[in-house]
Amino acid sequence: MHDFVSILASLDSPGIYLGWGAFQIQLGNLIVILVMILLFVLALFLPFPSGRKRK
Amino acid sequence: MSTTNLRASRADKDGLARRPWRGTVREYDLFKELTVALVVMGIITLGLSAVFGSPDEPSVTLKSWAIAAPADFVATATAELGGTSETAGYGPPYNKTADATQTLGPLDLQSFSGVQLPIDTANDLVIDPLTTLNSPPPELADWVTASDAQRTTWTTAYSDALTKATDNDPANVAAGDYGPVPVLTDSLLTTAKQGALDGVLTAKDKFYNFDYTRGTLFLGDGAYFGDLATAQHLTGDQWGMMNETGNTPGQSWLWLFSFWYQVEPFASAPNADLLVVLMMLVLSVLLTLVPFIPGLRDIPRWIPVHRLIWRDYYRRR
Amino acid sequence: MSLREHPGTNTDPGATPEDADYHTWTGKARGWLLRRLPADKLLPEDQPSYVASWIYVFGMGAIVSLVFILASGVILGLNGPAWYHVSDLGHFVNSVHLWSVELFFMTMVVHLWGKYWMAAWRGGRALTWITGMGAFLVSIVTAFTGYLLQTNFDSQWIAFEGKDALNAAGIGAWFNVANLGQIFMFHIILLPLAVGAVVALHVVLVRMHGVVPPLEAAETDAQLQRGAQGDTGEAGR
Repeated sequence: MHDFVSILASLDSPGIYLGWGAFQIQLGNLIVILVMILLFVLALFLPFPSGRKRK
Repeated sequence: MSTTNLRASRADKDGLARRPWRGTVREYDLFKELTVALVVMGIITLGLSAVFGSPDEPSVTLKSWAIAAPADFVATATAELGGTSETAGYGPPYNKTADATQTLGPLDLQSFSGVQLPIDTANDLVIDPLTTLNSPPPELADWVTASDAQRTTWTTAYSDALTKATDNDPANVAAGDYGPVPVLTDSLLTTAKQGALDGVLTAKDKFYNFDYTRGTLFLGDGAYFGDLATAQHLTGDQWGMMNETGNTPGQSWLWLFSFWYQVEPFASAPNADLLVVLMMLVLSVLLTLVPFIPGLRDIPRWIPVHRLIWRDYYRRR
Repeated sequence: MSLREHPGTNTDPGATPEDADYHTWTGKARGWLLRRLPADKLLPEDQPSYVASWIYVFGMGAIVSLVFILASGVILGLNGPAWYHVSDLGHFVNSVHLWSVELFFMTMVVHLWGKYWMAAWRGGRALTWITGMGAFLVSIVTAFTGYLLQTNFDSQWIAFEGKDALNAAGIGAWFNVANLGQIFMFHIILLPLAVGAVVALHVVLVRMHGVVPPLEAAETDAQLQRGAQGDTGEAGR
């Protein structure tokens, strides 16, 4: 995990690109998109805490 | 129909959604949510900034180009002189080159603006900068007094000779009648290597400058700039529109805009930019007007994601 | 979950005394505004009981990200576009600006997905959806001008390649991506004002219309009955 963070953190490191045919994506962008999908799914499934009881 | 009746009929159609909610409520504290969000998002933002920072790849100058790739610089300067560079043949808003605009049938938006940012590549990018030198090359006079046909003959011959020369190096060019072109381009190369061309091109006898159009176009006409961009996966056919340098996420929200450039018929269309821009305009309008488009607005009813969102509500019906 | 009955409100427009009392344009405008957006709608203390999902927090997430964008952007703007190249503090503020923008788009897009699947434009809320989309599109243009202001290799290349689409659309002459003075003005004045105005209108519309009720909600639903009870058996009031 530390290696992963240090790769991302280093501004000098060349980018990592993943591709399937005509489809190509930079790792940073892929992570952003995956995090968005994850947030959406979590928001749908995680139980929402019940509100504080009103006096 | 009276306003009241219109309201009533709409209310029947939309049912509960149109009327103020009269059912049960839960406590909600807007300012508390705002404060919690400020703290949480603040921690995430500052944390990401501290860990990952932001990229700042140094800019390319005409000087760094001339030093790193002199042969490419001279070839580009020759093309600017001969009017065969990409910029010289671009059309509006830079010049009037015939049939250069991207069109779709009778639609020619590119010509709409006319030549608002005129660029004469030979004079603006090569000849004028050389005349500002302390001791301009005497061969300038040969160029200025020559006919257009003579100029074209010289630049075409020199361009061909450069292409054939070993490493495209001007020093290896075979002997021939190139007129003043080799001296002019070499003189421009020297000026650029000294760092003077960057200032001359952008300022053009003015103290202040905000406009980098000339320098940007000159850089782009060469191969060096594009090669650097290709190495950073920034070019249009590499989904580069979305990319930032290195691994920092870029404009991932441009994924669809970028996507069209990768697939046919757009990828090889001469008017790809116009097609993609129009396509994205239409798609943006469609998404904006989803509430009024049958089919698109009904998908949420057909695929019941809302059953998850409001599962408590439906469970307690 | 704490549930209580919503206090009865007068929902018949036109029957309010304001209409009769105001005679000036100003007064009528005030009456209209107060009727459409009374204080308890603008700053509510409760929400309908169906507003209970994490999907509802992403709109606020986007607004808060916008706050961080504006704050870091003000600092960057006050110091000029080249400051961050030469200052460690400047570079950090630049990083905050970049990451708050990334978070702004991430939260805004999840918010958009959520609202789409809720069909949140129902019941006279189409303009709320349209202003939300407006905020998204104007933000994309604003971010683009920001990338052009980096004054580094990335911005040079974006200016060179980005010009083609704008020229093909016929606007490259007036929106010249290689003219730093022009792009600076767009990025720090005109477009932020546009984003701010559209977002503000969007939020006001959300408060005005309230959060959209569930699809297929009916008068017979438990949460619309007097003295409704939650799952946990808590009394409604």
